[in-house]
Amino acid sequence: MPETFNEMIDGGQVRPAYQSLERWQNEMPADLRQMKQSEAEALFRRVGITFAVYGEGGDPERLIPFDMFPRVFTAGEWRKLERGIRQRAAALNAFLADVYDQREIIRAGKIPEHLVTHNEAFERAVVGMRPPRNVWSHIVGVDLVRTGPDQFYVLEDNCRTPSGVSYMLQNREIMMRMFPHLFVENRIAPVDGYADALRHTLASVAPKKCDGDPTVVILTPGQFNSAYYEHSFLADLMGVELVEGQDLFVEGDFCWMRTTEGPKKVDVIYRRIDDAFLDPLCFRPDSMLGVPGLMNVYRSGGVSICSAPGAGVADDKAIYTFVPDMIRFYLGEAPILENVPTWQCAKPDECKYVLEHLSELVVKEVHGSGGYGMLVGPKADQSQIEAFRHKITEKPWNYIAQPTLALSACPTFVEEGVAPRHVDLRPYCLVGERIELVPGGLTRVALNEGSLVVNSSQGGGVKDTWVLAE
Amino acid sequence: MLSRTASHLYWMARYIERAETTARLLQMGARNALLPDIGGGFRNDWEAVLQALGQLEAFREKYGDPVQRNVETFLFFDASNPASVMSCFSAARENGRVVRTALTSQVWDAINTTFQEMQALHRMERSKLIVNELADWTLRSGALIRGAIESTQLRNDGFRFMGLGHSIERGDNTARLLDVKYYVLLPSLSYVGSALDQSQWATLLRSMHAHRAFVWTYKGEITAAKIAHLLILNRQFPRSLLSATQATVDHLDALARGYGITPKATSLARGHLGELAEAHVEDIFDEGLHQFLLRFMGRNGEIAQAVQSSYLVGVPE
Repeated sequence: MPETFNEMIDGGQVRPAYQSLERWQNEMPADLRQMKQSEAEALFRRVGITFAVYGEGGDPERLIPFDMFPRVFTAGEWRKLERGIRQRAAALNAFLADVYDQREIIRAGKIPEHLVTHNEAFERAVVGMRPPRNVWSHIVGVDLVRTGPDQFYVLEDNCRTPSGVSYMLQNREIMMRMFPHLFVENRIAPVDGYADALRHTLASVAPKKCDGDPTVVILTPGQFNSAYYEHSFLADLMGVELVEGQDLFVEGDFCWMRTTEGPKKVDVIYRRIDDAFLDPLCFRPDSMLGVPGLMNVYRSGGVSICSAPGAGVADDKAIYTFVPDMIRFYLGEAPILENVPTWQCAKPDECKYVLEHLSELVVKEVHGSGGYGMLVGPKADQSQIEAFRHKITEKPWNYIAQPTLALSACPTFVEEGVAPRHVDLRPYCLVGERIELVPGGLTRVALNEGSLVVNSSQGGGVKDTWVLAE
Repeated sequence: MLSRTASHLYWMARYIERAETTARLLQMGARNALLPDIGGGFRNDWEAVLQALGQLEAFREKYGDPVQRNVETFLFFDASNPASVMSCFSAARENGRVVRTALTSQVWDAINTTFQEMQALHRMERSKLIVNELADWTLRSGALIRGAIESTQLRNDGFRFMGLGHSIERGDNTARLLDVKYYVLLPSLSYVGSALDQSQWATLLRSMHAHRAFVWTYKGEITAAKIAHLLILNRQFPRSLLSATQATVDHLDALARGYGITPKATSLARGHLGELAEAHVEDIFDEGLHQFLLRFMGRNGEIAQAVQSSYLVGVPE
């Protein structure tokens, strides 16, 4: 495998952006570090920033391990990332508007039709719809990895309801509380404008039928959802109601919520439940989470739903390959951020290559998530590789493969002191009246030595992510 | 405010109040167990305590005879007992967690810290835990949460729904505590006025943290009539039935003013308050304390039902 890029070091020297952190780390005695680490954990527990895991036994309220060593981006690095992400978010939205309308990109032969129309996330129910401002994905989470000083790759896009932004905000709060002097020594761009920006974004896509100040709500599956904390946290920061399906009902042309003063009209729903559960009359009839009749109100312009039902068709792993083409097609620009080269096992010649090089590649399920159901070739033994060879031969269309990238590593506190661990990055791009993102994102870190899997379900942790002000 | 949010706030407050009542009963039972019984041995009032909480049968099914150690476990830690301190604080926190957006960070912090401490207590060896300390801890935690609510929550409808939860539950609980006395006395009415009777009334006062209040207010000796007056009709005593009902009416009035609608719950509560305000201790004893308390709990329950249908389901009456 190629050599790992350590984000703190360049040519044997500590990079300027990390100099004060290096001092901080060297000057911190082990017992103080221990103390700060347990202080951080106590803060997370006390504030209640946990994610819920039910049905596995043990404490259902778990903490995502928080690593105190921040990750740093320079203003210059961030400028490029920001431009690239905004470009991507614009193209993904243009793609969604197009595939539910004229399908020009398909007619132009850039994307095979079956990948779109046979996609599970493609919603026939919204063909021909034009949501306010023609925005479909209002919060785009772009997962990035880095392999060198100037080399970033997009790993995947999340156009539905990317989660984790509460960690971006809380990691910063906790770092500022525990290590205020670091924020005096470094000029770090703030991220706390996120909630205002999100509220503005959501209000800016209120339906035409809404006059006056739009009523925005967050729709959650409820307290047993693993991200419930985040839902309530965002509702609190924005000052909007956090509703469950049972709190809403449809009457006439509108959607209403049940309040102590009687029904109140709802204009914009930031939903954190999947399409299939939104409306039992339109999608899954057994859904208890949704609101019967909601889709009719949505289609007739009585309420906005963010992200728009059907937005998931843009973030599928099979569509991912075509995002650079979308950027060129809709925006007429060269892509600023690169995709990871990807082989589609659905294509016979690419599948052949994959099967011949399984020990070098990462193989993923097209619809998989959470780091489950994947093969990391260089780390797998012969029997695992053979098992995947069998699976791929059975259902080639279900798999894609990518080269194993030498993910960058960041200094991280471990048992023995500080050691590099692999990281990724998820910034959150807001699309409404404007396309904007706060300077930062969620850095996930693979805490196990050598591990490339950053998912919290498999030993991943989080870090505060700094963008230095210019 | 969302009806569901109001409902969670209301129930959160009810569970906090209920946890305190369980702790008070625990304290009372433990103290009574230190008193000599007539004819030798010590008294065992645990049955009466369990009866007051409506948990006697559930207890018998699980543990058999009411042995103090088992009653303590049952009333404090047993998650299968809906009235245990553990169940109440867990339910209060669960209700609070769902509507965190409606709570100030101090209130949430107080509730969540209570819950974390309770889990730590649960992990400790039972032999190291003293029942009085557990009860004190419960009352202290309840005070902390109520103090945080009192000093940091906006005086909006959410505050009123929490207040309603407290006052409705408090009325019910004072009535239950008083009713224990009734059960204790039931075996033999000849106890009335005896030294033992006096000390039981005193224990009841202590468990309500009302012993000093009684002495200051009524001077002189403890009599059943004076105590009934304190716990039922005294406007100065915050846990009296009249005070609790007054608080319920105040919160309902504030809601009606804010919303510009006076629902059924408000008029029911006002009626109940009017009746209580005109009652005399003699009438109560004529009716029978137990009968009176049952009637009170019934009326209080009707008000709770009306609050439910007026505000907590989100469809106007």
